[in-house]
Amino acid sequence: MPPAIPEKVTVTANPTPTVGVLALQGDVREHVRVLEDSGARTLTVRRPDELERADGLVIPGGESTTMWRLARSFDMLEPLRKRVEAGMPVYGSCAGMIMLADTILDGVDGQETVGGLAMTVRRNAFGRQVDSFEADVRIDGFADPFHAVFIRAPWVESVGEAVDVLGRVETGPAAGRIVAVRQGQLLATSFHPELTGDARVHRFFVDMVKGLS
Amino acid sequence: MSTSTPETGTARVKRGMADMLKGGVIMDVVTPEQAKIAEDAGAVAVMALERVPADIRKDGGVARMSDPDMIDGIIAAVSIPVMAKARIGHFVEAQVLQALGVDYVDESEVLTPADEAHHVDKWAFTVPFVCGATNLGEALRRIAEGAAMIRSKGEAGTGNVVEATRHMRQIRADIKRLTQLDEAELFVAAKELRAPVELVQEVARLGRLPVVLFTAGGIATPADAAMMMQLGAEGVFVGSGIFKSGDPAKRAEAIVKATTFHDDADVIAKVSRGLGEAMVGINLETLSEDQRYAGRGW
Repeated sequence: MPPAIPEKVTVTANPTPTVGVLALQGDVREHVRVLEDSGARTLTVRRPDELERADGLVIPGGESTTMWRLARSFDMLEPLRKRVEAGMPVYGSCAGMIMLADTILDGVDGQETVGGLAMTVRRNAFGRQVDSFEADVRIDGFADPFHAVFIRAPWVESVGEAVDVLGRVETGPAAGRIVAVRQGQLLATSFHPELTGDARVHRFFVDMVKGLS
Repeated sequence: MSTSTPETGTARVKRGMADMLKGGVIMDVVTPEQAKIAEDAGAVAVMALERVPADIRKDGGVARMSDPDMIDGIIAAVSIPVMAKARIGHFVEAQVLQALGVDYVDESEVLTPADEAHHVDKWAFTVPFVCGATNLGEALRRIAEGAAMIRSKGEAGTGNVVEATRHMRQIRADIKRLTQLDEAELFVAAKELRAPVELVQEVARLGRLPVVLFTAGGIATPADAAMMMQLGAEGVFVGSGIFKSGDPAKRAEAIVKATTFHDDADVIAKVSRGLGEAMVGINLETLSEDQRYAGRGW
């Protein structure tokens, strides 16, 4: 069972938070760089004791089945679920979005997630690598469109009532698909803001960790 | 309203795909069953080919792109990315692989080269390419041709890591040297490396390649994989090392864990226990020049 998000989470302001990046597999370095540019201290997280030292966590892009298997083998799934349940801010990009979903489609047999976000996410929904693409997406709260990079990306098939939809694909065959969501302290995007040099998503998340947003 | 239309096949989505494989293991497989074993073990991708390099060595003859039916079978069997090999310079094999929907093309010295002067113009494709290199100049020439990912060549199919070590150390040393040169010296370095000066300047500025660097060629044990990671590889290709060993499923999983925890000897020791027979391997002194693959490509 994925953990339920408490109705109300108490957050105290923290001006210099330490944001962990889950470093089991994936584009960890890119997230670390943008987080540091956004005013956070960073920490790579592979073990429960490292997770304990993080005020917030980014689950990077990568292969979600590999991340799940390693998280399972190295006893990280339960600690991750507990922190999510306790209200730690977590941002997931691409594979990280899959890891935050309560329900997934087109996963491998037995694939588990950390969960917490009341959504159904379809893995590799946009197709294979030859279908990977870049496009502008309007994100709620951002003045200008965000140039988004989608790589064998998932999309959000459906969301629960508690989830705010922040962005959708605007043109092309997948127009209308949900690709950015927030529920309480959990934020997820199908795309990879860590690859484009536009730090707005990470700054927004760091503000969440600081208790400002 | 945004007017931008979705753009596929950009350098960013090609290189970005390789970023998503970092810290992971890509495994050679020759059947859908092997692909499933690799996926279950935690591989980030599989490399579909007809014969693993060890068998290509044994059988001899011309080694070519795999049968499309076999690639289709592997694509159908797993949900992780599927790569496949084309011969060096064989742009039509690459076109076929792109049409089949493979996620990455390996323009590989393991197959028999199809062109003695030209590599494939990789910019012309939507599908991204990974290419082998033995040193920085070779890596940058491949990147100039459009490669979105580089791997060490090593000496495939030998189970002997010594050449991969040599190539990883060489690339690392070449990069380190560039970071210590001034602007005027970089022009000379570009000439010596036989690489475009813009790429040489970029490497000097970044202190690394502008694309992801994996290791390949002779990795057979969890400790081999971890050593390559400590030498600066961002991930690992394992060819014959898994399915030519006694217990492929267990060894595959052990190599995945050792790659993630490459700096933790306790984990590497733990996963190295009870793996059964490693592939026998070949000492390189016993290979004649024409049996060495690393010299293919330039």
